[in-house]
Amino acid sequence: MGRFVARRLLQMIPVFLGTTALIFFMVRVLPGDPVAAMWGDKAPDPAQLAAFKHKLGLDLPWYQQYFDYMGNLFTGNFGETMAGRQVIDVISEALPVTIRLALMAFAIEIVFGVGIGLLAGLKRGRFADKSTLVFTLILISIPVPVLGYLFQTLFADQLKWVTPTVQDSMNLGQLLLPAVVLGSLSLAYVARLSRTSIVENIRADYIRTATAKGLPRRKIIGTHLLRNSMIPVVTFLGTDLGALMGGAIVTEGIFNVKGVGNALFRAINQKEGATVVGFVVVLVIVYLVASLIVDLLYAVLDPRIRYA
Amino acid sequence: MRGASQAKWVVAAVAVALAATACGSGSSSSEGGAANAAGTFSYQSTEPQNPLQPANAMEVGGGRIIKTLFKGLVDYDPSNGQLRNQVADKIETTDAQNYTVTLKSGWTFHDGTPVTAASFVDAWNWAANTKNNQINSDWFSDIAGYDAIHPEKGDPTTDKMSGLKVVDDTHFTIALTGPVSYFQYKLGYTAFSPLPKAFFTDPAAYGQKPVGNGPYKFVSWEHNQAVTVASFDKYAGVDKPKNGGIVFKNYAQADAAYKDLVSDNLDVLDQVDPSNLASYKNDLGDRAVDQAQGAIQNISFAMYQDGWKGVDKAKVRQGLSMAIDRDTITKTVLNGSRQAADSWVAPGVNGYKAGTCGEYCKYDPAKAKQLVTEGGGVPGNKITITYNADGGHKEWVDAVCNSIRQATGVECVGDAKPDFKTARDVIKKKQVQSMMRTGWVQDYPLNANFLRDVYGTGAAANDAGYSSAAFDKYAGEADKATSVEKTAELYQKAEAELAKDMPAIPLWYYKTTAGYSKNVQSVKYDSFGDPVFTQVEVKQK
Repeated sequence: MGRFVARRLLQMIPVFLGTTALIFFMVRVLPGDPVAAMWGDKAPDPAQLAAFKHKLGLDLPWYQQYFDYMGNLFTGNFGETMAGRQVIDVISEALPVTIRLALMAFAIEIVFGVGIGLLAGLKRGRFADKSTLVFTLILISIPVPVLGYLFQTLFADQLKWVTPTVQDSMNLGQLLLPAVVLGSLSLAYVARLSRTSIVENIRADYIRTATAKGLPRRKIIGTHLLRNSMIPVVTFLGTDLGALMGGAIVTEGIFNVKGVGNALFRAINQKEGATVVGFVVVLVIVYLVASLIVDLLYAVLDPRIRYA
Repeated sequence: MRGASQAKWVVAAVAVALAATACGSGSSSSEGGAANAAGTFSYQSTEPQNPLQPANAMEVGGGRIIKTLFKGLVDYDPSNGQLRNQVADKIETTDAQNYTVTLKSGWTFHDGTPVTAASFVDAWNWAANTKNNQINSDWFSDIAGYDAIHPEKGDPTTDKMSGLKVVDDTHFTIALTGPVSYFQYKLGYTAFSPLPKAFFTDPAAYGQKPVGNGPYKFVSWEHNQAVTVASFDKYAGVDKPKNGGIVFKNYAQADAAYKDLVSDNLDVLDQVDPSNLASYKNDLGDRAVDQAQGAIQNISFAMYQDGWKGVDKAKVRQGLSMAIDRDTITKTVLNGSRQAADSWVAPGVNGYKAGTCGEYCKYDPAKAKQLVTEGGGVPGNKITITYNADGGHKEWVDAVCNSIRQATGVECVGDAKPDFKTARDVIKKKQVQSMMRTGWVQDYPLNANFLRDVYGTGAAANDAGYSSAAFDKYAGEADKATSVEKTAELYQKAEAELAKDMPAIPLWYYKTTAGYSKNVQSVKYDSFGDPVFTQVEVKQK
């Protein structure tokens, strides 16, 4: 196990270097000059433009900018935004908000997704199962912005239970509605995945054996059925956590949540290379750690899966 | 935020007592509700792009916050756009080139230090210096000695402009490189604000925590969340705040801000987003705002392309202008959020003259077709209009093209660039094939700003590459005039040249389409499209 973890950690290095180089290059080739755009409709002042570019290091070739950037990164320096703020500050403001939002969505996903899936799987072919299939189909087919605006109109404008947008991005109660919207799509997938998995496993030999042994039903479902059925679900959830962190752009926009999606969107728009790459670095780490945990969980869920 | 809840009952009790003794306050306001002079209100905003330094704010997010924190020599009366003195007691000149400024005494910065002549001169010298990377540094280019502090290439050779001299604490002189009759108008721009001594020791730290001399003092800046300012009780200007402060709340999407306004979670709005324009008057009723703004939307010709050169081509350009049905497009496609243009200067701006564009801005398909034919037609019989796809311009560009196509038979398509930066790149490199979207938002409410800076030969914003000897002659004379009235009048002559050459087709003027919540009253907007922050009254609860 220890060697496996070590190997996985070593694998992170090329992934990390590759993604950052790619993003760095992609931001660089985006059309338009971010410094000139600071002047808006007006023509930039040539002397000031050159001074700005020099200060930001934008007058160097991109690979050199990349090497400088990575060199700084290993000393913990994420660079500066064009406005002269530390990128690390921008990240540390946005990240806690999105972590809250993503974890809430994640919790909703697991509790309701697995719960609904379990119910549907056990009552296969019955009303509970069919209504689950219909419900998840609806969720999957509604685009996130539609659901977001729908909830906003229903719960804020009509029922007046909440304010239309989040007034305090750190307040868990206010983040509940966006979290539901954010988690709803994955919730549907989780429900369907667990249902299928449970339907498959319920006919497996070990369940029949367990039943024949006369084990209580609760134990059969809890220890044997659910545990074995969770492997595909956990795989999905692992990658989904990363997707939730980065994919909150739409939801954060609708509810005016000041998180990663919001900050990243603005940074891409303003072609703030340093900020974009900084966020990507953090997201890549989140992703890698999440998939590492998933792999480790396999062993916990199914002892037959062994790691050298 | 607006009035602590514990205080609510006290206020209510006082209000009842006042009403009982028949001496209610707040009778001056139009809506008649009692105002709470200490109440704060929230305003829709975006994260400032740069540190909060007066010469470093060009975009609205930082610009309007700076405007509340600083006050320069002069500003513009929001009710009529006329120049009025603030820190300046007098600004005198006899030749439009050499100015003597006398300051009022009694002005202080928020940290208590007095505003002196040196506060201005040092601030301007610092802002003009290339080394300090101030985005508005070219505003000082009229001043003698600017070349030395801001050379086109390389490092500055000095840190003081020779044209600025401090006489004593309340007097300083400005020498310009040439006569600029409307220099006083420029002085109202925030880049000309004074700075306290403390600024120069650490400008970067100061930019996070500015100390100004304006009606509001800085309280806090929670990045990406909000900027809070509170009214400054020792403010010496003529526009004393009628409220306790402002919270500039960040919104990533205008639609989210609108939702908050309708539900009274946001008090004053910047601009209603396009998706809610059709319904905002219904939603807000009396609280909906619809008024003129000092900004214009044009489409300009790429005058540097061979196909658009030659005397006769002016006829083609005039014809194309007549082929655009401005009234219908502003009413339908733009939901009435714009006003059809009849000149190159926006109304409400000093020197605006209605109808300068004459018949060329009136829709007349028959005459349009005739003019286009007489002028020898459009190069390749096809027009493209270059615009940025991220600014909500597609709908009207398509409508304009349709109108041109139907009236003249000239093929016309929109040439969308993905975003503003890309479009500007193409325009600045003079790679536009035939036409481009151009707009102008006033820097100061004088017609010179709409004309000299956009159509003068070689002017920074002359995207069309237009050059006219006659226009430049009138503009030059206007700059030498010794009164603003004369300047405005001569610029009107220059503007008449635009009707003859038609380097850009004026389409429509922008309007402020905004609104406010039930918590505030007396919300008026100036011609910059900003609310008159100091006049907003917070209702008592």
